[in-house]
Amino acid sequence: MRPLKKYFNNSNQLQSYQEMFQEVKNRGEGAFIPFTVAGDPDFETSIEIVRQYVDNGADALEIGFPFSDPVADGPSVQAADIRSLNSGMTTEKCFEFISRIREFTSIPIGILVYYNLIYRKGLEEFYSKARNAGITGILAADLPPEEAGDAVKMASKYDLDQIFMVAQTTTNERIAEIVEMCTGFLYVVAVMGVTGARSDIKKSTVDLIKRVKNHTDLPIAVGFGISKPEHVKDVIQSGSDGAIVASAIINIITQNLDDMDIGKHEIGIFCKELKESTKNR
Amino acid sequence: MITNGKFGKYGGTFVPELIIPALEELEGAFLKYKDDEKFVEELEFYLREFAGRPTSLYLAKNLSEKFGCKVYLKREDMLHTGAHKINNTLGQGLLAKYMGKTRLIAETGAGQHGIATAVVGAMLSIPTEVYMGSEDVERQKLNVFRMELSGGSVIPVETGSKTLKDAINEAFRDWISNVENTHYLIGSTMGPHPYPTMVKHFQSVIGKEARKQIVEKEGELPDVVIACVGGGSNAMGIFSGFVDDKDVALIGVEGGGEGVETNRTGATLCKGTEGILHGSLSFVLQDDDGQISEAHSVSAGLDYPGVGPEHAYLKVTGRADYVAVTNKEALRGFELLSKYEGIIPALESSHAVAYAEKYSKIKENKGKTIIINLSGRGDKDMFLVAKEMGVEV
Repeated sequence: MRPLKKYFNNSNQLQSYQEMFQEVKNRGEGAFIPFTVAGDPDFETSIEIVRQYVDNGADALEIGFPFSDPVADGPSVQAADIRSLNSGMTTEKCFEFISRIREFTSIPIGILVYYNLIYRKGLEEFYSKARNAGITGILAADLPPEEAGDAVKMASKYDLDQIFMVAQTTTNERIAEIVEMCTGFLYVVAVMGVTGARSDIKKSTVDLIKRVKNHTDLPIAVGFGISKPEHVKDVIQSGSDGAIVASAIINIITQNLDDMDIGKHEIGIFCKELKESTKNR
Repeated sequence: MITNGKFGKYGGTFVPELIIPALEELEGAFLKYKDDEKFVEELEFYLREFAGRPTSLYLAKNLSEKFGCKVYLKREDMLHTGAHKINNTLGQGLLAKYMGKTRLIAETGAGQHGIATAVVGAMLSIPTEVYMGSEDVERQKLNVFRMELSGGSVIPVETGSKTLKDAINEAFRDWISNVENTHYLIGSTMGPHPYPTMVKHFQSVIGKEARKQIVEKEGELPDVVIACVGGGSNAMGIFSGFVDDKDVALIGVEGGGEGVETNRTGATLCKGTEGILHGSLSFVLQDDDGQISEAHSVSAGLDYPGVGPEHAYLKVTGRADYVAVTNKEALRGFELLSKYEGIIPALESSHAVAYAEKYSKIKENKGKTIIINLSGRGDKDMFLVAKEMGVEV
């Protein structure tokens, strides 16, 4: 447990990934981790969307910092990045955004960034600000272990989790190398491809979950292409400790830009369904 | 990875985990085949018989007289498809074939690299898809037609600024989804390792030939080698022949656009700062947060907000100098070479010509021997130049 930041008033501790995954497991559930891009479609609406997540069963949050050239993301997230940047989001405002979320929740908050945002700020400044804002873990989508030495050191210095991805193409040797550097949880990429809603969960995803589980005691969460309650159920029942849902929720934002009150309402209902489907582990 | 692909601190493999095994496979194949006798022989055959190598090193007499320097042109403009791009697409296309890949993808800005990939795909019977920003598709209809005639399919990219950098993003996304059967044929000395090293290797034929030719013709090395720099492959190709010759100055000429002091520029090394774009650490045009800026140059080939990492290394170590030439100056270079030598250069290469004139005007440079890498021919730029000159075609 780490001491509370001034922004957070509801209890006096922020929850770690380890604690959260353990608690969820004790309840016989998997973790539901919704994603959104900070500031999509604008700062205040985005805060309200995150509040919907928290009020409707999110066990942790995954918050994207918008980037102009998000190569690992599909069209939904990319469009969200652009909406956010156009609404005036900056890295500083993203940290402010996290601080605002900390006013109403203590659950783990992971951020998903592209490494240039960190590099440009300077690692020391970025990680210290992340810590002060109340961030739990950092995942840089384009930072594989061979380039991550400095980031891992900085994460350790500021008591943050450095989270890594593994994919179907990742060999067992690499998985072993990655779990050495990774803390918090391991992000398992479900599909061969970029983020985006997909119609079904393939057997290969199930196999990957099993392969990863053989290599680590770290909790794992599956993301990319998890877009329906059935997908969440499938990955949890296949042994994943959590499911990360991104594009399918962002698509609700995209479809309701004219009336985000309806959008927020729909997001709430959808989150509830997604959380429900984590409950048969 | 067997090697780390760093030039000093620049370069590297800043890519999503999903791509790493593909890069490892590619690096392994590159290291295996680059010196393989059969591969080298086959590549040399295609470079000679299909592309038209060697290209001449031509003494431009009239320009020499005008400049008061001895000006040689390395005639990459004489190659099949009209530019140096084919050196790399033949190399990588053949490598893809040796690796058993059944599909090629590429990005293109103006279309030159797309065409060079499509013709190689046709020749090697490998289906080819080319990502191109929808703005560029509109601006370069003729090149789209050329690609399609060679059997390539052009995929317009509607995301972001709808230009080259977005085409690269999309090509990466495609590759992430299809790494098993697809080779991503990157067109410049940029991207994650092993691309900067591999593309330089396939372009180094320019420098090897040029060095041998100048020694044959002059009995000594040139004073300076000048090349334009977008991603930097033609420059890296010719520089590689002279980089160990410490007395030969190397000058890279960037697309200054409307001026380095404006925000409509492509002068990444002159104006940019260190950052990570498309898989490697290099110089980037970006804002204070690290969001990538849009580049601008009259020449589509220089219109890119990043630059190959080895150029960043040559810049910070002082081995090469990088300068910028504006759109207007480049157009003057275009006209100069056309009028004095009867050689119509690509707008990219016109930047190098324009800078050579500037260089020759400095008093202590009088009488020096200059090699300009004439990286491409200007046929593709006719409509644009005519418009700039106020001529209706």
